[in-house]
Amino acid sequence: MCDTCGCNITDGNRHLLDAESGHQHGSAVEVLSNLLHQNDHAAAHNREHFDRHRVLTINLMSSPGSGKTALLEATIERLGEKFRIGVIEGDLETENDAARIRARGVPAVQIMTGTACHLDAHLVHSALHDLDLDEIDILFIENVGNLVCPASFDLGQHYNVTLLSTTEGDDKPAKYPVMFRAADAMLITKSDLLEVLGDFDPQKASQHLRNLANPAAVMTLSARSGEQLGEWTEWLQQRFDQQQSRVADGVTRRPAIQPDGVALHADTHR
Amino acid sequence: MHELSICQALVEQLEGIAAQHPGKQVAEVHVGVGPLSGVVPQLLEDAFSVARAGSCASASTLHIHKSGIVVHCPSCGRQSKALPNRLLCSHCGEWRTDLVSGDELLLERVELDEIEKPANTSTAYH
Repeated sequence: MCDTCGCNITDGNRHLLDAESGHQHGSAVEVLSNLLHQNDHAAAHNREHFDRHRVLTINLMSSPGSGKTALLEATIERLGEKFRIGVIEGDLETENDAARIRARGVPAVQIMTGTACHLDAHLVHSALHDLDLDEIDILFIENVGNLVCPASFDLGQHYNVTLLSTTEGDDKPAKYPVMFRAADAMLITKSDLLEVLGDFDPQKASQHLRNLANPAAVMTLSARSGEQLGEWTEWLQQRFDQQQSRVADGVTRRPAIQPDGVALHADTHR
Repeated sequence: MHELSICQALVEQLEGIAAQHPGKQVAEVHVGVGPLSGVVPQLLEDAFSVARAGSCASASTLHIHKSGIVVHCPSCGRQSKALPNRLLCSHCGEWRTDLVSGDELLLERVELDEIEKPANTSTAYH
């Protein structure tokens, strides 16, 4: 970790420290640790668990109602025979989503956050006690529907997948840059409605994503009609294969963050 | 919305630091917040006034240093300022840039002072 050696001082924040030196009162302690240090520590612990059990973990994020659970149902239908899938569901209230997943014969743990607007690494860790990771190949964490807060909390996942439904508007990446900058893949969902809506341009949505310097794959698909789901399941298959090679090589992966961001947020990884 | 969770985590870190300095309390807290951190400085300030209650930082002042967004362009090798939803190189227009600063969410420095002894209550009503 590099909370003490100063390697997380960047050109962008060095002047803040320089400006403050020379007129200190009392005793000053230089800290330079992420405010979410404890969450990040717990997330790294979760990630070690996943890697030890060779599990690929995907964090699904989007606004409420963009089709995260429907995507999971369609994914289970197509990949359920090939991979052992597990799901952690995050919602403020109800077991409804977990019940939908369990109805497909897949283990699902529901986290009810009460009033909390996001999942954090500690909540996910508690949920892991109710899942047998030896029986799971791909674990999906369906985050609380919210395009703001979940982006700030590492859960221990390997990839972030952000959904943008065609009913929401193609400028969502420009409106919620923190969330979409963190995406390893952006899924434009409910593509069967494109023709009816007429005002959602997938090209524009991709352009807004590129404006965030994010090279993530963009897939336009529909869980209901099944169109283009093959591209998504192929993407998952490739990520699963990569996860197995990483585990064999003894390395892990954190979701998309810019290289300098990784240095800034570096925590307990070897 | 999530600023309170972040402040609670911050106060836990402050408690840890104060525990290493017996007889001292937290006087000033300096944090760095970038526009791409996902945290709103004003909300962080409001949440801190709630989260610090009853802790070693209950009498402390929070100073938030806002950084700007700077990107480095691997294509032309130069740096430029950028906006949160437009992280392109302003020199050559390349979109595949690397973030130099702007997503910080850092506890930078803590200043401590002596815990004041409780005032003598017998003289409080003169």
